[in-house]
Amino acid sequence: MTAQDLDALYQEIILDHYKNPHGKGLREHADRTAEVHHVNPTCGDEVTLRVHLADGVVDDVSYDALGCSISQASASVLYDLVVGKGVDEAMAIHQEFLTLMQGKGTVEPDEDVLEDGIAFAGVAKFPARVKCALLSWMAWKDATAQLVATNSPAGDGDKS
Amino acid sequence: MALEGLLPELAVIRKDFPILERELAGGLPLVYLDSANTSQKPQVVIDTMVDHLERHNANIARAMHQLGAESTEAFEAARDKVAAFIGAPERDEVIFTKNASEALNLVANTLAWAGPRQVGAGDEVVITEMEHHSNIVPWQLLTQRTGATLRWFGITDDGRLDLSAIDELITERTKVVSLTWVSNMLGTINPVAAITKRAHAVGALVVVDASQAAPQLPIDLAAMPADERPDLVAFTGHKVVGPTGIGVLWGARAVLDVLPPFLGGGEMIETVRMESSTYAGIPHKFEAGTPPIVEAVGLGAAVDYLGHIGMDAIHAHEQAITGYALQGLQTVKGLTVLGPLDPAARGGAISFELDGVHPHDIAQVLDSRGVAVRAGHHCAKPAHARFGVQSSTRMSSYLYTEPSEIDALVEALEYTRSYFKLD
Repeated sequence: MTAQDLDALYQEIILDHYKNPHGKGLREHADRTAEVHHVNPTCGDEVTLRVHLADGVVDDVSYDALGCSISQASASVLYDLVVGKGVDEAMAIHQEFLTLMQGKGTVEPDEDVLEDGIAFAGVAKFPARVKCALLSWMAWKDATAQLVATNSPAGDGDKS
Repeated sequence: MALEGLLPELAVIRKDFPILERELAGGLPLVYLDSANTSQKPQVVIDTMVDHLERHNANIARAMHQLGAESTEAFEAARDKVAAFIGAPERDEVIFTKNASEALNLVANTLAWAGPRQVGAGDEVVITEMEHHSNIVPWQLLTQRTGATLRWFGITDDGRLDLSAIDELITERTKVVSLTWVSNMLGTINPVAAITKRAHAVGALVVVDASQAAPQLPIDLAAMPADERPDLVAFTGHKVVGPTGIGVLWGARAVLDVLPPFLGGGEMIETVRMESSTYAGIPHKFEAGTPPIVEAVGLGAAVDYLGHIGMDAIHAHEQAITGYALQGLQTVKGLTVLGPLDPAARGGAISFELDGVHPHDIAQVLDSRGVAVRAGHHCAKPAHARFGVQSSTRMSSYLYTEPSEIDALVEALEYTRSYFKLD
């Protein structure tokens, strides 16, 4: 790869999120929290991520992550994009981000949906780094799906 | 600049490796510092393999025609060359496998099965915290399957094996001691002879992972005193300038003869009846099926090439480059080397951390400058955990590495610091 490719990968926005991550740290909530731990076995990057739902809305995403700038910045962008959104809308954003990352650089990102997430368009061209960008997103989806599953009509919001 | 110990014919040696001449994207020259991961291949290895495929290809040991004879001869000549490379007491003690992992798994599996060396409940297997995963997981599987106990040597703060409790660790209960000769992460050269002596005193088998040692240390098994000589030694072909797909297990005849067969199939038998079979002697007993023939032939050419240059000279070259690299790396602000700082006590793999930049990001920026290194846990997660780190960046040199490539690495690390806006 060349210096230009490098700048395409490490957009300013990504480096900013890496230096000053949003929502970092694990936070306690009294109810309706799911916590997951995901690992990228190739490189050893890890994330522990908690999701808190309230009335069908993603109330909080808190996380503790070890990893490269791409994986750290993507967790920060995830926090910005899904907190405060309804679960369905947040899942749609997740799908949009997934499509972008799996598009091998051919997908034109929608800034209205992905906001700072469009900075990861360059990452999609580096197959080795796509997993870094998706680590916390996959963890979020896993935790949220667990919560939604326990939130079936009979569910009463027990902590899992 | 003249660095003492460098191979005198370095410029000529570099010409033997065609890949070193290629350009990367953007017209950058290649600075290949990932040889502990896999080494590059000299023209003679490439040509030998092509020649075998073009002119001598046939299955071995069963084809009753001229090509079959030529192919068999080439394959068995490769075994002779490997035996000479490691100073094997007997050429038939050299078993071809597909890689070092398979060689180690061969030993760990057959030790679980009935036989005079069988490991069972109450027995202990001793490994070390600095092993590659391929010398940890097979022993975990063995001890879990047999009810034996897995124990291990820890690592000191300066990256050496902590041998202070060796007599409590290697005891009458110990059946196997398995350790790496040279750490793939810390670079540490372990005192194999001393540990083997202690293990033999209690009747334990000693298995040595020589994947990182075989490329850079002269090995002469026959010259080692019997009580200090390991019983089994594994290494892989692709790290000694040979191809992938071929590995080596050397074992003392007395041990290999009593281990049960590993894989069953063609070539490993003496005779087969429907009720049961009898088995071939070593080495064929452990080489079921058509082996990687051209890979073995390529490995033969590879160890011949290294032997021609001389392993003493290659070791001296590695030490000179490693010393130069340790000096250069320590000029980079915020950089910490993991492992011994004395080039005489270590091999050519140097893992390090750089404050404020993750190893993946370092490797990515280095790659944009044409410098190829490895980032991650290098299949040695426990050794990383011992130092409280999750991953590291590793540079590793070989006989074709020149000092200017170390300069390029150091310069690229400085660039990395500025790219990530570290002061």
